[in-house]
Amino acid sequence: MAQATLSPTLAKQAHLRRERTRSLVYYVGVTLLAFIMVYPILWLFASSLKPSAEIWTTVSSLIPRTITWENYTNGWRGFGGISFTTFYMNSFIYAIVGTIGSVLSSAIVAYGFSRIRFFGRGFWFVCLLMTLMLPAQVTIIPQYIAFSKLQLLNTWWPLLLPKFFGGAFFIFMMMQFIRGIPKDLDEAAFIDGCGHAGIFFRIILPLIVPALITAAIFSFYWTWEDFLTPLVYMNKPNLYTVSLALRSFADPSAATDWGAVFAMSALSLIPVFILFVIFQRYLVEGISTSGLKG
Amino acid sequence: MATSGQTISDEARGVGRISTRPVSRRRRRNLNNLAGYLFISPWLIGFFLFTFLPMLASLYFAFTDYSILSPPRWVGLANFEQMFFHDPRYWKSVQATFYYVFAAVPLRLAFALVVAMLLNNYRPGVGIYRAAYYAPSVIGGSVAVAVMWRQIFGTQGVVNALTGFLGIPPVTWLGDPKTAIWTLIILAVWQFGSPMLIFLAGLKQIPKELYEAASMDGAHGWSQFLHITIPMLTPVILFNLVMQMISGFMVFTQAFIVTGGAPLDTTLFYALYLYQRAFVNFQMGYASAMAWVLLIVVALFTALVFRSSSAWVHYETEGD
Repeated sequence: MAQATLSPTLAKQAHLRRERTRSLVYYVGVTLLAFIMVYPILWLFASSLKPSAEIWTTVSSLIPRTITWENYTNGWRGFGGISFTTFYMNSFIYAIVGTIGSVLSSAIVAYGFSRIRFFGRGFWFVCLLMTLMLPAQVTIIPQYIAFSKLQLLNTWWPLLLPKFFGGAFFIFMMMQFIRGIPKDLDEAAFIDGCGHAGIFFRIILPLIVPALITAAIFSFYWTWEDFLTPLVYMNKPNLYTVSLALRSFADPSAATDWGAVFAMSALSLIPVFILFVIFQRYLVEGISTSGLKG
Repeated sequence: MATSGQTISDEARGVGRISTRPVSRRRRRNLNNLAGYLFISPWLIGFFLFTFLPMLASLYFAFTDYSILSPPRWVGLANFEQMFFHDPRYWKSVQATFYYVFAAVPLRLAFALVVAMLLNNYRPGVGIYRAAYYAPSVIGGSVAVAVMWRQIFGTQGVVNALTGFLGIPPVTWLGDPKTAIWTLIILAVWQFGSPMLIFLAGLKQIPKELYEAASMDGAHGWSQFLHITIPMLTPVILFNLVMQMISGFMVFTQAFIVTGGAPLDTTLFYALYLYQRAFVNFQMGYASAMAWVLLIVVALFTALVFRSSSAWVHYETEGD
């Protein structure tokens, strides 16, 4: 005690030094882990820039000895006379139309559940939550049969139509968000003569833009990466999404040009990364507040 | 004010009780019912068209022999009998799925928690690390990553190249029945981003005073972790456990691309086998029966976890 009062600066310095070593250990640790985490991704991009001969000879290296864009031009040609232009168009149609449909419909439903007291609300809300746990396998077979009876296989209907009826995850997330908006705002608008439609469009919708963005990003990711649905419904190569095309392209029994496969794989991740970089804040908040799966 | 029917849950606030005219109150309630159902109608219609009716149909198909081309033929419990007693591949798929769920889910959650704790401080640059750790999860479900994974664990792949530096002979990771499933488990663990973010949000909710009080009492590090962090996080752990378990039971794309169920059906996950029965062999009845067993198993496990939660999940009492 007496010593500490005699040399407070010395104790402080020792403390500071200890803090600095701890900090150093911490940063070395988290950096190493971060490197392990992103290594496979960097590897994919590095391999996509290596000439074919180099890919398997310097397999673990992240720096190509010579950089070539050949893999990208070769890969873009696609297969069966259909280039990746078609596959990207298909993926963008699916992801963009699907996202618009599911975000808008989810917002409307979320308003209904969180701001209107109606008979049976609790019951339907429980149904909504139950659908979150429902395996897609239970519903996809009858859906497939129905769409095939309606002669709608190999069309956009089975992929896009269900998106316009709200997604349970997004509805739930937006409800959490709407709950945070003070009801005084609704009441003020009501006194000014707004009905539910007016309150929804003029008050709630502008205020839940962050939630809409979060939902839109997740929706884009999930449709962009969706594999099972197009796999089941789209059997013609000219209707393949990028996911399906990659799978055929990278078929181990057929593929030989691994450089091109890596190039197209890496390319398919770029829209996802761009959104991730721009909207990271929304993603983190979306997951943290509602526990969405990524 | 009460002249218009379009009120905003004013009954909830007791405003409606001021009104002395019961007729207008009923009218208002009816209008609220109408508005409510109008607003939820997109979901409600979708629920009936794409969830409820398909479920009923699926339940019916489960008791039939149905190949789409000819009408369904009622076979009673034959599908279930075949599945449980005469289909060794079915049990292979059950085994692979349980193995995967029981290995991947705890590992992923443990990783997520450890990394969340590492990131739960205000050191500069934490945001960048958080992004780096989350990045694999963003792309995790994509075919591109699955294709990449197959090459990373291929015989000429990166993993063998790296272990080669340490003098370890190359391993056929994807061809060996012992290791193939682990490549998929590692792929799952690699994507610990979402539970990590949820843990991180949970950690930030723990009041600092608890740690300060514990420090006063002489509890540090491990002891604080065991007696404050873990109990306070148990609601979040429960949530993560349920969500990860459900998605674990339904794992499909990764196995479809990386291993295709091989070798010797050790990675023939339930959803993969179901897909093969339904969309390769077009045995819709059999596949529907499989889907219902999956649904029941998932529901049972979820219920089990929730039932057990009263024993281990700590909920803060009001005003505590």
